Amino acid sequence: MTLVLTLTCLVCSALLAFAHALTEEPIRKAAADKLDRAIAVVVPAFDSTEAMKVECGGTESNCYKAVKDGETVGYAFESTTSGFGGMLTVLVGITPDGKVYNTDVLVNNETPGLGAKCTEKNSLFRTQWEGLDPAVKILAVKQDNGDIDAITASTITSRAYTLAVSNALSAFAAMAPETGEQAQNNEEGIENE
Amino acid sequence: MNKLKLITKGFVKDNPTFVLLLGMCPTLATTTSAVNGLGMGLATLFVLVLSNMAISAVARITPDKVHIPVYIVIIASFVTLLQFMMQAYTPAMYETLGLFIPLIVVNCIVLGRAEAFASRNGVLDSALDGLGVGLGFTLSLTVLGAVREILGSGSVFGWKFITGDAMLAFVMAPGAFLCLGYLMVLFNKLTKKEK
Amino acid sequence: MEYFLIIISAIFVNNIVLAQFLGICPYLGVSNKLSTATGMSGAVCFVITLATLVTFLINKYLLIPFNLEFLQTIAFILVIAALVQMVEIVLKKISPSLYSALGIFLPLITTNCAVLGVAINVVTKQFTFGQEAHWLNLGEALVYAFATSLGYGLAMVIFAGLREHLSLNDVPKAFKGVPIALVTVGILALAFMGFSGMVK
Repeated sequence: MTLVLTLTCLVCSALLAFAHALTEEPIRKAAADKLDRAIAVVVPAFDSTEAMKVECGGTESNCYKAVKDGETVGYAFESTTSGFGGMLTVLVGITPDGKVYNTDVLVNNETPGLGAKCTEKNSLFRTQWEGLDPAVKILAVKQDNGDIDAITASTITSRAYTLAVSNALSAFAAMAPETGEQAQNNEEGIENE
Repeated sequence: MNKLKLITKGFVKDNPTFVLLLGMCPTLATTTSAVNGLGMGLATLFVLVLSNMAISAVARITPDKVHIPVYIVIIASFVTLLQFMMQAYTPAMYETLGLFIPLIVVNCIVLGRAEAFASRNGVLDSALDGLGVGLGFTLSLTVLGAVREILGSGSVFGWKFITGDAMLAFVMAPGAFLCLGYLMVLFNKLTKKEK
Repeated sequence: MEYFLIIISAIFVNNIVLAQFLGICPYLGVSNKLSTATGMSGAVCFVITLATLVTFLINKYLLIPFNLEFLQTIAFILVIAALVQMVEIVLKKISPSLYSALGIFLPLITTNCAVLGVAINVVTKQFTFGQEAHWLNLGEALVYAFATSLGYGLAMVIFAGLREHLSLNDVPKAFKGVPIALVTVGILALAFMGFSGMVK
């Protein structure tokens, strides 16, 4: 009786282990492809990426250095903040001059039709981040005396998104001693709200 | 019962959503759009057909006292297999359906059909029964998803036909319950006429 | 303070039935009488909390260290099935009246998506609860599971009350039974949506 149950469990587990081994590689590849696609959106064209760990927003996050012809063209930071419905992870692409090249959403739990609009690539909210210069724009939503246009009726999501970008910029400033003056100016720009 | 009838009875007479009232949770949660409903339906169909077949094959040699846990392990295995495959080959749909993919294990339709049909019939018949009920389920989910998408996002199968926003409540929780309730009334009215 | 936020969030903001769509089948099936609704809620509360405890520990100390995460679904559902069996045996001894009142619905707790849903959510999602996104530790997971089942009970009791009123009213023939129940839940869900944004 319990023999049948145990036997069933063993057979099923064995078959699953086999299936797991078969699909492990495609799964890993699918996840990597998704990330690569996102990185391609947020930084300029590149040949290869180098992954590293940085501290972003107080937690250890991934950062991808994009390199083309031996030169660094940008850094993509995974920046996580607390949104309206849960975790919000934004991939922030920053070029060596300290400007935001573009952003993309990796993980979001926001309300469909409201905060989830942050995933719409052609929306006003998203396009305002392209080429944003933190030395010129104040990184806060308009309601908080900043320069960022929030999504209608989704102030909390917009604030979380803005904070994610801000954290990425701080992480960039903290890690790039070679970009010296540029990084200094950006940090001052953020602090001079 | 001839083979074709086995399949088509899952559409109206034994429609899992509107007649048997099974599998409500994924029905309400994953029908935010027609495509999502379709995806969920097909995922459940996959598990239904395979588990029906497997359970039909082992039903005779399974002692009665442990049959429920054995069936559950078999169903859970196929669900896990589905999880691997979706994660590898349809990652976007996998992320959209999220928690409800492993929850197919406790979808009353699957265990229900296993108990009611697969344990007493041959492998081929059980497969066809699973196919029929699965298709009926997929149809219901897709229709509900389409209705919610049209009312809530102003689009159908991703094709937007209005600019701006529609009645957002329909892609959120209340809309699911309301739409299903009204669709059920419609279904009952239509099927009563046929009989 | 953090635990308070978890509790408020689980009961009102992300109510398991009205916002997460888990546990609907028994919700529609058992809620026509207030007494069975409360009995069911109690049983579900016990199973959810205990199941979360066991599955959390199994996941942390068995599945992850041995790279057996792919067995998660099977392991979790077996744990739940075993627990429900146990609850049945215990309940039969302690309170035979409640046991017979719940009838078929007791073994059906195994297929209640709320139980498996909470168990899986707790180990696969990072939560915010008004602070940074993080994985739950055992204490937070248990509070979350318990609070979630309280939310289930609350939704069920409110609904049972509504249904008892409904049965005394004149419902259009086509709507009688499940359709009107669904419309009612829809409106209840709409009301609970008002709680969103409370924990922010």
